[in-house]
This record gives sequence, C-alpha cells and structure tokens, in this order.
Amino acid sequence: MSLLSPLARLGRATLGALAATGRFAAFAASGVSHIVRPPFYPREFLSALMQIGWFSLPVVGMTALFTGAALALQIYAGGQRFSAESVVPSITAIGMVRELGPVLGGLMVAARVASSIAAEVGTMKVTEQIDALTTLSTNPLKFLVAPRLLAATLAVPVLVAVGDSIGIFGGYLVGTTRLGFSPMTYLANTRAYLEPFDIVSGLIKGAAFGFLIALCGTYFGMASGRGAQGVGRATKSAVVTASVLILAANYLLTEMFFSG
Amino acid sequence: MIELSDVKKSFGAKTVLNGVDLKVPRGTSMVIIGGSGTGKSVLLKCILGLVTPDAGQITVDGAPAATSGPGREAFLDRFGMLFQGGALFDSLPVWQNVAFRLQRGPRKLPKDEARARALDKLRRVGLDKSVADLFPAELSGGMQKRVGLARAIAAEPEIIFFDEPTTGLDPIMAGVINDLIREIVTEMGATAMTITHDMTSVRAIADRVAMLEGGVIRWTGPIAEMDRTPDPYVQQFIHGRAEGPIATVR
Repeated sequence: MSLLSPLARLGRATLGALAATGRFAAFAASGVSHIVRPPFYPREFLSALMQIGWFSLPVVGMTALFTGAALALQIYAGGQRFSAESVVPSITAIGMVRELGPVLGGLMVAARVASSIAAEVGTMKVTEQIDALTTLSTNPLKFLVAPRLLAATLAVPVLVAVGDSIGIFGGYLVGTTRLGFSPMTYLANTRAYLEPFDIVSGLIKGAAFGFLIALCGTYFGMASGRGAQGVGRATKSAVVTASVLILAANYLLTEMFFSG
Repeated sequence: MIELSDVKKSFGAKTVLNGVDLKVPRGTSMVIIGGSGTGKSVLLKCILGLVTPDAGQITVDGAPAATSGPGREAFLDRFGMLFQGGALFDSLPVWQNVAFRLQRGPRKLPKDEARARALDKLRRVGLDKSVADLFPAELSGGMQKRVGLARAIAAEPEIIFFDEPTTGLDPIMAGVINDLIREIVTEMGATAMTITHDMTSVRAIADRVAMLEGGVIRWTGPIAEMDRTPDPYVQQFIHGRAEGPIATVR
C-alpha cells in the first residue's frame, strides 16, 4: 500500500491538472462563443477597452522606452566586439517589434490588467454580484467575460504598436545622443531592414497575449474562493498563469512565424 | 406555486439538503427559518438554478425550474431577489443598479423612462432622488439594503426572494424594511420567500413559516400556529433556547 501511495498521489495530481486544463479550455471556448452571439453589451466593451487599452498606455510606454534604450546600448556593446556597431538601429527595431515589444508589453499588461480583472470579478463573485447578475436575467459570461476578452484582444496589439514605436524612439535617443549615430543615418538604417511582417508578427502576438490576459483574469476571478484570501489567490493565479502562458505562446508563435 | 420535492444537495462530504419537500402557494409570503448553515440560502439558490441540486424536483407553476437552456431568461424574468449583502454592482450608480433589468433584454425601456421608474422604486423604499447618482460604496448598509430591495421589485416580478433582509440593520431600519416587504408583497400580489433568523421579521412578513433543520423541513404551517406548535425544534428556535434538540455546536 505504502509503495503505491506515491503513484496514487502522482495519478491524482495528473488527473487534477488535466481536469483544470479542461475547465480552462471549456471556459475559453464558452467565452469566445459569447463574443459572437447576441445579446452584446457595447457599454461594457467600451469600458473594458478604456481600462485595458488607454489606461495601460503609460506603463507600456515607459517599459518600451527604457527597453529600447537599453537594447541599443547592449547591441552597440556586443557589436563593437566584431566591428558591427552599424547594426544597432536595425537590430533594435527588429528586436523591439518581433520580441521585446509584444512580450514585455504583454507581461506589463498581464501584471496590470489580469490582476485587476481577477480582483474585480473575484470580488463580484464573493459578494454575490455574479449571482445577482444571473437573477437579473443577465449571463455573466456575456456581460463580464466576453467584452473583456474582445477588448483585450483588440487593445493589446495597439499597445504593442505604440510600445514598438516608443521603444525604437528610445533606441534612437541613445543612438544619437550617446553612441554617435547621426539622426538621419539611424532612421534610414531602421527603415531599411525592418520588414512589414516583423511588425505584423508582433501585432499578432499582441492579440494572442491580450486574449490570454483577459482569459486568465476572468477565469480565475470567476473561480475565486471565498473571502479576501480567495480573491487574493485568484489574483495571484491570474497574473502567474497569464505570464507563463504569454511566454509559452510567444515561443510557439515565434516557431510558427520564423522557424522556416 | 413553487413546489420542491425530495431536493438534496451536498458539498463534498457535507450534506446540506437531505430531501426537502415544500409547497409555496401563489401569492403567499413564506418565511424559512433555521439555524446558520442549515442550507436556507442554498435552498433559494437551487430554485433559481444558481446551485444545481443533486436530486429531487423543483417546479414553478407545474413546470420544472429552467436551470439552463433557451427558457432560462424567461424563467428568471419572473423572479426578483434581495441578497443578504445587497449585491449591488459597485461600478454602477444607484439608479442604474435599480434599473438594471429595465436597461437590457426584452424589458428594455428608453433611458429616461428607466431612470424615472428607478426613481419611483427608490421613493417606494424610502430613498429620495438625491441618492440616485451616488455609487453603492457611498451608501450606508441600510440604504444599500433598500436599494437592493428597489432593484428586486423594479421589474415587478411575480416571485420575490429575500435573503436575510434585516441582518446587520438597527431595529428601526429593520422595522422599516419589514413593513416595506409586507406592503410590497401585499400590493404587488407577489409570491415571496424570505430567509431570516429575526423573529420580529418572521411575525411581520410571514403568511406561512417553514423550519429547515437537519437538511429537511421539520415543520411548516401558518404563522398563527407557529407559537402553538408543540414541535420542539420550532419551540427551541423561536425562543432562542440553548437547550433542546437543535445542536448548538455545528
């Protein structure tokens, strides 16, 4: 019996993990289905768009600015070793739009938005506001989940585009003030090597990350346990899961877009 | 009529409802009493489909309660509910909380009309229009309860549930809420189910009383018979005695 108990524990943990994955996937499918089926709640959608998009601009912008600046310094330092300092503008731009813009932007939005959605929805759950919605003939998935999923999927690519631009500008500032590039040369090099698909791939990543952020926020909020501790745990799980999923999805999308 | 037969519900190893049978005739104010944690709120949530029973049948006017599917919204449209903590939506001002159902779905009204209806219901529960544009967090507990009550009756439902309507209120405010509930039920001709521990509320609100204990309805009857019944569970509960068949350690 004692010999088998570790196996039994492993089996229970595996089944638990599979069940949790299944619940998460079913929730995602249900959320998506409510995006396309009426009734729609445009006011909720616009409010979510403001919360997720507009109010995340400062944090995404600041992150991108400093990342672009640091990236330019690092590429210059590395490039010096084999006399390739001239690649700073192009590699900074490509690095920002393909990877750092979407990933760091996504992680910052995950920290800000997944936590806020999970805390808000979790508090609604423990104070019976979600039950109240149901008794008022309003499906919580339609009213709370679908607008946030759609808003995040649309808003994060826009944030990524803005972040990319600010990040490139950060590299430009460092390149022209600290590394000796002329403004015209820096901009010309940036434009010359940046392809449209570099930008598009980053925006697609942003949409995927936005969806995952809102999904984690709403899922863990709706599944929140009782009391302050339950809401706290839901908030933590939403941020951690969203962050890990963003990094995993980033790898998969990078494989899909650039491995060939 | 709301009819429950042999309704059972467990949460893990804890059995909360163990075969509840109860009939609530149309237009009756039924009050359910019982100790904390005996499953009174679960019972109401089972009727509304917020909690799925493990076994048993629930019917409303002879039709099974629509806990899912296409008839769900029409089923819920017949109900109003006052939650114990009010359950007001923090992000909406008071009048939009009250008019929530009137701004969405098949009963949607133009905004001005919905607001006018909300102000009317607020007046009905003793709140003037100065609170209409405040947010729930700016109100006292008693005011939140009254806003919850206004929301429950805003669409003039046929059936209204009140979950501990006077908990946490001072005796005067509790009396005001009791009178309001009684008036609303009488005026609207609605069927009401109220959960409470407050015996003053029971006497003010009830036409009939049911006592839930041990997962079953121990006693049910008209309010006039409650004091006369020899049932030891009812007697212990209504007199608040520590000694008796109801365990004080739960």
